[in-house]
Amino acid sequence: MDLSFDLLGNALVSGVLLGGFYAAVTIGVSISFGMLDIVNIAHPAFVILGSYTAYIANSVFGFDPILSSIVLLPAFYLLGVAIYHVYDVSFERRGDASIRGLAFFFGLLFITEVTLVLVFGVDYRLVDAPYVGPSLHIGVIDLPLRLLVPCLVSLALIGALQLFMSYTFIGRAVQAVAQDPMALRLMAADPSRIKRIAFGLSIASASIAGAVLIIIQPVEPSIARDYIGRIFAICVMGGLGSFGGTVLAAMILGIMESLTSTFYGPSWSPAVAFGFLLITLAVRPAGLFGRR
Amino acid sequence: MSQALLTVAGLGKRFGGFVALADVQLQVGDGERLGLIGPNGSGKSTLVNCLCGTLHNDTGQVTFGGTDLNGLSAHQRTRLGIARSFQLPRPFPTLTLAENVRVPILFAADVKAGRTVTDPRRRCEELLDMVGLLPKARRKPADLTQIEMRKLELARAMASEPRLLIADEAMAGLSHQEVDDILALLMTLSAQGVTIIMIEHIMRAVLAFSQRLVVLVAGRKIADGDPQDVIRQPDVVAAYLGS
Amino acid sequence: MVNVRFLLLALVAAALTFAVARLIDNAYVFFAGYVVLQYIVLATAWNILGGYTGYVNFGTAAFFALGAYTTVVLHKTVPVLPLPAMMLVGGLISGVIGLGMGYLTLRLRGTFFSIATLAMAVVAQTLITNWNFVGGSRGAYIIRPAESPIFPGDYIQYLFVVMLLLSVISVAIARAIQHSRLGYGFSAIRDDELAAEASGVPTLRLKLIATALSGGLMGMAGAPLPYYVTYLDPASGFSLSYAVNTIAMPLIGGTATWLGPVIGAVLLGTLQQVATVTISSALSLLLVGLLLVGFVIAAPKGIMGWFAR
Repeated sequence: MDLSFDLLGNALVSGVLLGGFYAAVTIGVSISFGMLDIVNIAHPAFVILGSYTAYIANSVFGFDPILSSIVLLPAFYLLGVAIYHVYDVSFERRGDASIRGLAFFFGLLFITEVTLVLVFGVDYRLVDAPYVGPSLHIGVIDLPLRLLVPCLVSLALIGALQLFMSYTFIGRAVQAVAQDPMALRLMAADPSRIKRIAFGLSIASASIAGAVLIIIQPVEPSIARDYIGRIFAICVMGGLGSFGGTVLAAMILGIMESLTSTFYGPSWSPAVAFGFLLITLAVRPAGLFGRR
Repeated sequence: MSQALLTVAGLGKRFGGFVALADVQLQVGDGERLGLIGPNGSGKSTLVNCLCGTLHNDTGQVTFGGTDLNGLSAHQRTRLGIARSFQLPRPFPTLTLAENVRVPILFAADVKAGRTVTDPRRRCEELLDMVGLLPKARRKPADLTQIEMRKLELARAMASEPRLLIADEAMAGLSHQEVDDILALLMTLSAQGVTIIMIEHIMRAVLAFSQRLVVLVAGRKIADGDPQDVIRQPDVVAAYLGS
Repeated sequence: MVNVRFLLLALVAAALTFAVARLIDNAYVFFAGYVVLQYIVLATAWNILGGYTGYVNFGTAAFFALGAYTTVVLHKTVPVLPLPAMMLVGGLISGVIGLGMGYLTLRLRGTFFSIATLAMAVVAQTLITNWNFVGGSRGAYIIRPAESPIFPGDYIQYLFVVMLLLSVISVAIARAIQHSRLGYGFSAIRDDELAAEASGVPTLRLKLIATALSGGLMGMAGAPLPYYVTYLDPASGFSLSYAVNTIAMPLIGGTATWLGPVIGAVLLGTLQQVATVTISSALSLLLVGLLLVGFVIAAPKGIMGWFAR
């Protein structure tokens, strides 16, 4: 283990950039699990779906992946609304949310993955964009644009969502619903409708997260599973429902993974997130920045 | 003088910055009928949860029948002889009424007595009969009315053969006649030797039932004594009863 | 505890199944049958923790693969060990791991436990992938003996019988639990854990028992796998399809009793074998996913629920 400053410095920087991206992938679950208490373990599959839609836009039509993902936001939003509707009618209203709700999302995860395999096969897919190749160099530190641009886009996405949550009526209603559905009802707002909007936003974020993912790395259907652990590790570590906590926890995870990968080899990376998750759950389930 | 069955000393509980209970002290004698009243949010439910082990108190000590309860889990306390009925009834929805009552028999009453009930079905029937629910023994809780749910709660609490029963707002939302029903049931149980703490807002029931009355306001005990005296105390009137 | 009459009936059914399979005298029947029987064990095991106790385990593959890899290790170190002994060891190790994981996570809400099971599966897979003794990511080759050690016939028939007996044992255990004090405790935990505690049920202890038992049976189901496939690598051993199937089968068959997982396993298992041969294995997996989601939405009590009226 050669602890050279170059290697360490670059690993740290990559980790931070990666962490920014991880936060974007997680933010949807911060909303659905953190605020709405819906365990959407299928979220990574929707992110991968976002990757593939960006891929099609890019390879077939030559569009920039990030721009096309923004154009596709309404489509993903509607998908989220539709899924929430089925979930609400089938489980939430029946009061049977636990086992069957989990199985429902697990089924969706599986169906999405298998369908993508059937349509696209198991080959890795990439996108082509002007920022995929080049890097900036600051001293001994390399800043690959393929990591930097996604990180910046991710942070912009989270910033936009945070602004929405804090300054719009619907955003504040979502936060209210997270804390006290009854009070919201008394304000003559329909919790169901608010939750539907929130879940729609959650899935919409997957469009951008997916585009950003396929810029960072080549994508094939089964990598969704690697992200389940990362997402929930970040959510739990960051404290459910806290966007700031999510970003910080994501950065920490990104750095840990980057260091592990640099010094011990990439084959240990998947275990880092999950290992963190297990330890956090065992020791401090409220997370590093959690409320409860 | 008989030793107190339940002794609570210096009990405190906080949720973050919010002080739910502060320095609560209480003694309940064996076979006593104690009433516990106070405004909403005064900490009554928190107190019950701390006594039963659903929550763990931050400070203070609870002694039951000579045993220190600190650190004991809820099921261990039930096995020692503390039972409670939930304010919002929590029956087991997929089990029949008979099966609902059977769970505490199997896991509390038996364990406590160190034996196996020879005929659990008969014991279930006895308990359901006591609350008048025997005809519905094979039905599920979803088929019950509000008062029947409350009675099921009490039957389940009794199934664990407790020495102390805490009835947490068992009469809330019931009609005049239904309140009398529950009151009669609790008096019967008391006559059988069970120590009962009744937490209620319905004053006529509390006064009819209690030998002693405790008042909790903002997490602190402000009165403890003969019911007729307590309800005339100025601070009790001001805080809870109104003039 | 275990109803003797039921056990005898089950053994008779098992013997008949084997006799019919021998009569048909087609090796494929044994290969396909093994898979269906394996799923009976997995679905039944899952249901003890899932359907009875209400805790969803997504990490079936971990317990299953741990059993399989225990056999790989034993095969390399103590090859004289007979298969049933290897299964016991595999089951024991899986059971202990289940216990350990349960101890870490069962004090939390059910959803956190479920996520933790997913985590455990990935951690286990990563550890095995990095362990060169069992072949790492390149996999391990196991030579399947030609002849069955007990009765005249191919080794695959021996594997079939072993799995048949394990099915009988699992189902007998599940049924015994259902009608016992333990079963009441599990149901209470599933229905309302807080009320269960208040009723005197030692919830943590029972949950640990369920997890250890469930994990142990899954490990035993995985133990013969290396001899069945002859080549085992982490990707296939830890395949997500195991998790989906073991969840789908009890949910489709019905989670309330021991019979539901069996029905689900037989139906879904056979369906997949047929679909894999006629359409494609990817499509058959898609079918499982669709059926799972469909049943969970439209028929929450499963097939058994249709008959319970």
